Amino acid sequence: MQPFTTLTAAAAPFDQPNIDTNQLCPTRFNKVPLGAPEYPKILFHDQRFNPDGSEKREFVLNKTPYREAQIIVADRNWGGGSSRESAVYALMAFGIRAVVASSFGDIHRNNCLKNGVLPVILPNEICVALRQQIHERQGAQISIDLEKQTVTAPDGDVHRFDIPAVPKKCLLQGLDDVGRTQQFQPEIEAFRARYRKELPFQAMPAAG
Amino acid sequence: MASAQTMFDKIWQRHAIAAEQDETLLYVARCLIHEGSSHTFDRMGKEGRKTAEPDKVFAFSDHYVPTTNQRNGIGAIGDPKIRNMVEMLTANCRKYGIRHFNMGDPDQGILHVAGPEQGVSIPGIVLVGADSHTATHGAFGNLSFGAGASEIYHIMVTQTLWQRKPKAMRIRVDHRLPFGVAAKDVILAIIAKIGHGGASGHIIEYAGEALTSMTMEQRMTVCNMSIEAGGRAGMVAPDDETFAYVHGRAYAPKGADWDSALAHWKTLPSDDGAVFDAEVTLDGAEVAPMVTWGINPEHALPITGRVPSPDAGRDAATKTEIADALEYMDLKPGAALDDIAIDRVFIGSCTNSRIEDLRAAAEVAKLGKAKIPAWIVPGSATIKRNAEAEGLDRVFTAAGFEWRDPGCSLCTAINGDMLRPGERCASTSNRNFKGRQGLGGRTHLVSPAMAAAAAITGKLTDVRKLAKGA
Repeated sequence: MQPFTTLTAAAAPFDQPNIDTNQLCPTRFNKVPLGAPEYPKILFHDQRFNPDGSEKREFVLNKTPYREAQIIVADRNWGGGSSRESAVYALMAFGIRAVVASSFGDIHRNNCLKNGVLPVILPNEICVALRQQIHERQGAQISIDLEKQTVTAPDGDVHRFDIPAVPKKCLLQGLDDVGRTQQFQPEIEAFRARYRKELPFQAMPAAG
Repeated sequence: MASAQTMFDKIWQRHAIAAEQDETLLYVARCLIHEGSSHTFDRMGKEGRKTAEPDKVFAFSDHYVPTTNQRNGIGAIGDPKIRNMVEMLTANCRKYGIRHFNMGDPDQGILHVAGPEQGVSIPGIVLVGADSHTATHGAFGNLSFGAGASEIYHIMVTQTLWQRKPKAMRIRVDHRLPFGVAAKDVILAIIAKIGHGGASGHIIEYAGEALTSMTMEQRMTVCNMSIEAGGRAGMVAPDDETFAYVHGRAYAPKGADWDSALAHWKTLPSDDGAVFDAEVTLDGAEVAPMVTWGINPEHALPITGRVPSPDAGRDAATKTEIADALEYMDLKPGAALDDIAIDRVFIGSCTNSRIEDLRAAAEVAKLGKAKIPAWIVPGSATIKRNAEAEGLDRVFTAAGFEWRDPGCSLCTAINGDMLRPGERCASTSNRNFKGRQGLGGRTHLVSPAMAAAAAITGKLTDVRKLAKGA
């Protein structure tokens, strides 16, 4: 996983609440293998492109200063819906490394954390204020410091955010979970033996 | 004295292997995957990993399978990219030793329909699926939730998963449901009340007379759409209804194991006095048949209602969203919901494709003839066989409905079944997101009876009036 430490970049505003993962990655792209050349075009595909493949000019990510955005500032309930991790791969392929919102779909948030995309939760009024600034000055930059857990707005205001300790460490160091889990192999073995003994009817599916 | 625990606490504690700061390493007793789990297998192959406990992983061909002519086999799937998804899962299950309910298997079906049918979903366990609607299985009194490719990868290679413990919300629906009101209407009413993200960060325990008086299939419909309320999991305390459903199913405990299972499962329900982080209450007697008008499931109203105006939005963002929804759905504020003309009907999906759903739809289909194309897609091969044995297929075909083969079909629209741009569908599925049923397609979520009513009138219709008029 690519580590996340600090990021200063242009941010794109998404004013509507409830942007679901179907919009981030329309379902028909779920089967596209990671790294395929069309991946950068998947994010918001059906809102970014006309049926003939030309860009829809009015869509936020097609406007010049936001094309380079590495941060999205959204509203509430970003990434609800389907568990498709392709929604995160699509964000990454476009170049997005962080999403600021007042709440996230739980599965999508986990998927972001497992791929080095930072989900930042800030109160809705701060999200609204940040979006206003990046609307007014298109291309204005936002700075995120994960170690310090701060977001610095274009106007210089600093907002602190919460993030649980373990995902923070994993993001800062680019660690993935399997390595971490393997250190608990003795505990896993002991648990498995106990579970089999105490709850055999749950431990082993019947023969079928 | 130990403090009162919720069912969620009990199951969580029982599956906790270790803790590190704010995360718990959970044991995953069952894992369900489907053709869309290709990213997980790609990574396993690349990193040379093995499945830790393949006998606890179950695979289902459902998302990409065709819903016509399945008897012609996988090789006959016309689109090579779609065929490849089914073939890859077939090859991967063989390679990693996973039980695969593949197309053509007499027990094949949608993972959240066939899993319970096969007794894979039992009370008390932690079950994780490669699909957000895994919440369905919580109807049996377990902790079931969906996960993305990275988390499923972790389960496949360790049979465990790191999680932060969510909060617990109890949603109580008091009293029995009135005539013409289905489990689908209950969950849509809940989502309309608490919002599409209303339970985010929580697991939901459903309680109250409306739930305890439901069949297992109805409880599955409610739990299924927990994710549409933002909850990662939904659960209902197991009771005699649960045990009767599970007993004798292929992968369920047998013989002496069954007796010990029953003794343990009876200890699962939340203790009296257990404290939830949030409580929501609805009066089941007040729930009406529901229909969605917008682009996410919180955009739901009783069928007697009218399309809202953007002015009804509680803040600027919500006003923008409603305006966008009305434009996408091509609806005018103030229009009566039961005046909305429909182009197609879909009865199916992991929400509403079980035998009781088909029976409810068939009762309504008997009242007339379909005016518009209407599909019935059973959730599993077993349901299809049983429905045919009951003669439901003949009721549907006589009323002009199309009787198809089992799969996810027009809910997720990746097997080739999809709406055309601008087409408006009354659908028993779970998501009315933009483009969910096909680029430019418009979805109105309803119960099976309401969908059948729309088929025979050609518009959204209050099934209570239709049934009374019969």
